[in-house]
Amino acid sequence: MLRLDAISKTYPTGTQALAHLTLSVGAGEILAVVGGSGCGKSTLLRLIAGLDRPSGGRIEVDGETIAAPHPAVGIVFQEPRLLAWLTVAQNIGFGIAHLPRPEREARIQAALERIGLAGHGNRWPRELSGGQAQRVALARALVARPRVLLLDEPFSALDHFTRADLQQHLIALWEDTRPTLVLVTHDIDEALALADRVVVMQPHPGRIGAILTVNPEYPRAPGSPEIEALKRQILNVLGPARSHAALPAAAE
Amino acid sequence: MSAADGLIETPAPAARRSGAVRRGGGTLQGWQRALLGFALPVGAALAWEVAIRLGIAQGRLLPAPSTIISTLADLARNGDLALHIRATLARVAAGFALGVAAGTLLGALAGASGLTRALLDPTLQGLRAIPSIAWVPLFILWLGIFEASKVTLIAVGVAFPVYLGTLGAILSVDRKIIEVGRSFRLTRLQLSCRILLPAVLPHYIVALRSGLGLGWMFVVAAEFMGASEGLGYLLVDGQQLGKPAQIVAAIVVFAILGKLTDALLVAASAPLLRWEDTAQRAAQAEG
Ligand SMILES: Nc1ncnc2c1ncn2[C@@H]1O[C@H](COP(=O)(O)OP(=O)(O)OP(=O)(O)O)[C@@H](O)[C@H]1O
Ligand SMILES: [Mg+2]
Repeated sequence: MLRLDAISKTYPTGTQALAHLTLSVGAGEILAVVGGSGCGKSTLLRLIAGLDRPSGGRIEVDGETIAAPHPAVGIVFQEPRLLAWLTVAQNIGFGIAHLPRPEREARIQAALERIGLAGHGNRWPRELSGGQAQRVALARALVARPRVLLLDEPFSALDHFTRADLQQHLIALWEDTRPTLVLVTHDIDEALALADRVVVMQPHPGRIGAILTVNPEYPRAPGSPEIEALKRQILNVLGPARSHAALPAAAE
Repeated sequence: MSAADGLIETPAPAARRSGAVRRGGGTLQGWQRALLGFALPVGAALAWEVAIRLGIAQGRLLPAPSTIISTLADLARNGDLALHIRATLARVAAGFALGVAAGTLLGALAGASGLTRALLDPTLQGLRAIPSIAWVPLFILWLGIFEASKVTLIAVGVAFPVYLGTLGAILSVDRKIIEVGRSFRLTRLQLSCRILLPAVLPHYIVALRSGLGLGWMFVVAAEFMGASEGLGYLLVDGQQLGKPAQIVAAIVVFAILGKLTDALLVAASAPLLRWEDTAQRAAQAEG
């Protein structure tokens, strides 16, 4: 269970990135966060990851306050950020070096199979495609068995087909231990395809505009009337300017 | 020139015979590349030899390659060459080791935090601006004219490029991969060993190589300050006694030793850098 209690963040430059944001995310829930560029999505994840400290408010994971990176919280960045001098397998095992060797090997092997790279454990990161590298980054975060996994636009640099493929891999990996997922994305379709709830953020300062629940009964196919209705709602909250601009990555 | 021509021509038919794939003649195999690298110096030497044999040139100021080789052979036979090489190598090795230790330590200290950098860097940059040879009189006063002052001079020459390279390498480490380490809660020490160290290694090796190059440069200066053995002594001796063949012979030995030690450094570091993603590696994989 992840609880954000009246979080705010003002950078030393004076930019108020987040104001008074309160939210709780249940265990095993998949929460998507959408919003225009600069509305504080990355800031939010960095605070939960303990990489930055909030200016005000509290963040709790299962009752423990987050003040620094916490073992129960993992993060996947927009870029794979693999360590070039480690092989694929070593990269996946990077965060679990403290585990006994057999346990570590077993987890790495299982993860490699899950992401479709079994037998590629000895390759160097430079030999991977963008999608493969991002899969390795996913596996690296997940083998540490975090209870909360944060994903900051992890698939935004990938083409449409690779992205769909990675969403599958993400769900497959998630199935193993069912951590809470907080997925920041520019892609409303992605949010609606994966999430239990969608948080729509608004800028200046960053805050929650709306929280929509995706009924688990809904068929998740894009184009189904229920999904289309949710999509319209999200676009409405994002504001008139956004609904023409079709949102997206154009903002990058 | 005909012999030189033959040298350049050989690789092509050999490659065809061995069935190597040569796409458009653009890619060269390792040994072909090595042969090609020898073509220019060997060709020039042969041309000079021929010119002297034919009486076109005199070779009084620049002796024929055969004269130089026989000078080298003489030096080798009476054991002098080994003695001089050993003396010079020992100086370079000691100076290089000291210089690398100092440069690395200072670079690591300056790279450790903004505070230590603000403290150290201005002073070191100031010292670096002094031409190292300018220290020579002081070193001789302090340490005498024997080994200590020579090794110190070499160490000073080596330390600065190593310092700059180490500091630059540390400062250029990508903040993003450090964040990966932080997100897995690495301690400062773990962060240094598991992320910083491997990340700086490629730059560091380059710094070591330029340090080594300067080490060879400064050993000559050091041996000019008065030495009774060493390749630098052979140079001075050759000048004073008017033996150009001995001078050129010493220069050739310097070239060979410099190249060899550099190759040794590269070979020793290669296993540590197999992961590197460089254009050169891509070319190798292709060829
Ligand atoms: N390190 C920083 N120092 C100062 N200001 C920052 C810093 N990081 C972010 N900001 C500012 O905080 C605001 C929120 O930034 P943030 O990166 O969280 O946005 P975002 O929603 O992730 O945007 P995007 O969708 O483009 O990734 C922006 O106005 C940004 O300029
Ligand atoms: Mg962002």
